[in-house]
Amino acid sequence: MLLIHCPYCDETLPELEFAYAGEAHIIRPEDPSAMSDEEWRDFLFIRTNARGPHFERWRHVHGCARFFNAVRDTVSDRFLLTYKAGEPRPDLASLEAAQ
Amino acid sequence: MPRYSAFAVVKNALTGHKGWREQWPDAQPKKQYDVIIVGAGGHGLGAAYYLAREHGITNVAVIDKGWLGGGNTGRNTTIIRSNYLYDESAKLYDHALDLWDGLSQELNYNVMFSRRGVMMLAHNVHDVQSFQRHVHSNRLNGVDNRWLSPEEAKEFCPPLNISRDARYPVMGAALQMRAGTARHDAVAWGYARAAAAMGVDIIQNCPVIAIRRGPDGAVTGVDTAKGFIGAKKVAVSAAGHTSVVMESAGVRMPLESFPLQALVSEPVKPVFPCVVMSNTVHAYISQSDKGELVIGSGTDQYTSYSQRGGLPLIEHTVAAICEIFPIFNRMRMLRKWGGIVDVTPDRSAIIGKTPVKNLFVNCGWGTGGFKATPGAAHVLAHTVATGEPHPLNAPFTLDRFRTGRLIDEAAAAAVAH
Repeated sequence: MLLIHCPYCDETLPELEFAYAGEAHIIRPEDPSAMSDEEWRDFLFIRTNARGPHFERWRHVHGCARFFNAVRDTVSDRFLLTYKAGEPRPDLASLEAAQ
Repeated sequence: MPRYSAFAVVKNALTGHKGWREQWPDAQPKKQYDVIIVGAGGHGLGAAYYLAREHGITNVAVIDKGWLGGGNTGRNTTIIRSNYLYDESAKLYDHALDLWDGLSQELNYNVMFSRRGVMMLAHNVHDVQSFQRHVHSNRLNGVDNRWLSPEEAKEFCPPLNISRDARYPVMGAALQMRAGTARHDAVAWGYARAAAAMGVDIIQNCPVIAIRRGPDGAVTGVDTAKGFIGAKKVAVSAAGHTSVVMESAGVRMPLESFPLQALVSEPVKPVFPCVVMSNTVHAYISQSDKGELVIGSGTDQYTSYSQRGGLPLIEHTVAAICEIFPIFNRMRMLRKWGGIVDVTPDRSAIIGKTPVKNLFVNCGWGTGGFKATPGAAHVLAHTVATGEPHPLNAPFTLDRFRTGRLIDEAAAAAVAH
């Protein structure tokens, strides 16, 4: 069972309270009608699917119900960091150095 | 390669079983191949077999980072069926089912394909309507599938509880009689042995580090733990790790890799005659020839390469099985494991060409790749050999995520995706 730290509740809680919500930092197009088919494909379907540290969204559905971001190593499933939605994408190198 | 037969068994029994030879040689890489297949699972080994047998291309290497059949081929729940909703899927999976039929004889290897029937339970009005739609669609496509009343379902699968008081009452079921199970490891071994007999090299414990491309952008070979190996064509059939391998060739994939777990019980006497799937309660179950109940359900919610998965999902799965089959309440589970499955946005596979010249891909089988093994291998071999897709895999392009011509089995799901 994963233990996940909710940055809003500031508590580390079991995975059952949370819902995975896909890759993080995928930015919605500002001008959809100007997008090419290739850009739509990349936005809708192409994912990093990282083997290693992965930036992803989670939602604390059975708690505060808010979305937040996380960095998780997809090989060990260990969380490196969770942070509030809207905060800048953390630098991976410094994050790994801190571990 | 000596043929396996009843005569060979008797002869070896009389001579102290000293005459059995290795099933295939453990090859070391040559400098150059016509075709390299990345991933020695059922799909990759099968593709090598069909390349050699149907297209006369025998200068082929199948490379795997571990031992052959050690990924999802050895980790699935061995269910084989073809009752998919859409025309493209139904034809592809039914092609596989046709090939399953004669596979043991063709490979001279007993893959223990057992046509014991796959029954999908309907527990509510929506299930009934959805499954009946599938039955009609399948029959229009010439795919075997029929509708059973609760009493008929009970007759087909006696352990089923069809009491109206059950927590999840059975309102009917869709039954595909041609469907069933096979011995998953034997499929990899059989293809490996038959391909190696025709000259295919199977290179195990040799991770592919990167796909190398020449100045014109075309594939030139692969960098591996055992050095560079040249190839005119490369086909990637690496399941959950496909996007990692493809990224090294500069191709970003519409894939996400999730753990899919399964578990088996202690072995018991034959108690369960068929495969039963329940989408609503969300689990499926069959009994292996060894006597273990083989149980699975959906993927974990988060992407991962850990080949483990979390225990909450196992609890959910076993709870679902106990709801439908209370007789298994006190069965002890022996072990559970996870495999990494590559899931596409529309839950249909990708088999075909890529933007890179002479690079081909077979991936995106998600939670249901085992049943497609012979069919996927067959059309992949055709695509690699001729450079153009077989009519059956022509709709399953990588480009469909640009054009929008999806094969949206996810929206059509009658099954646990």
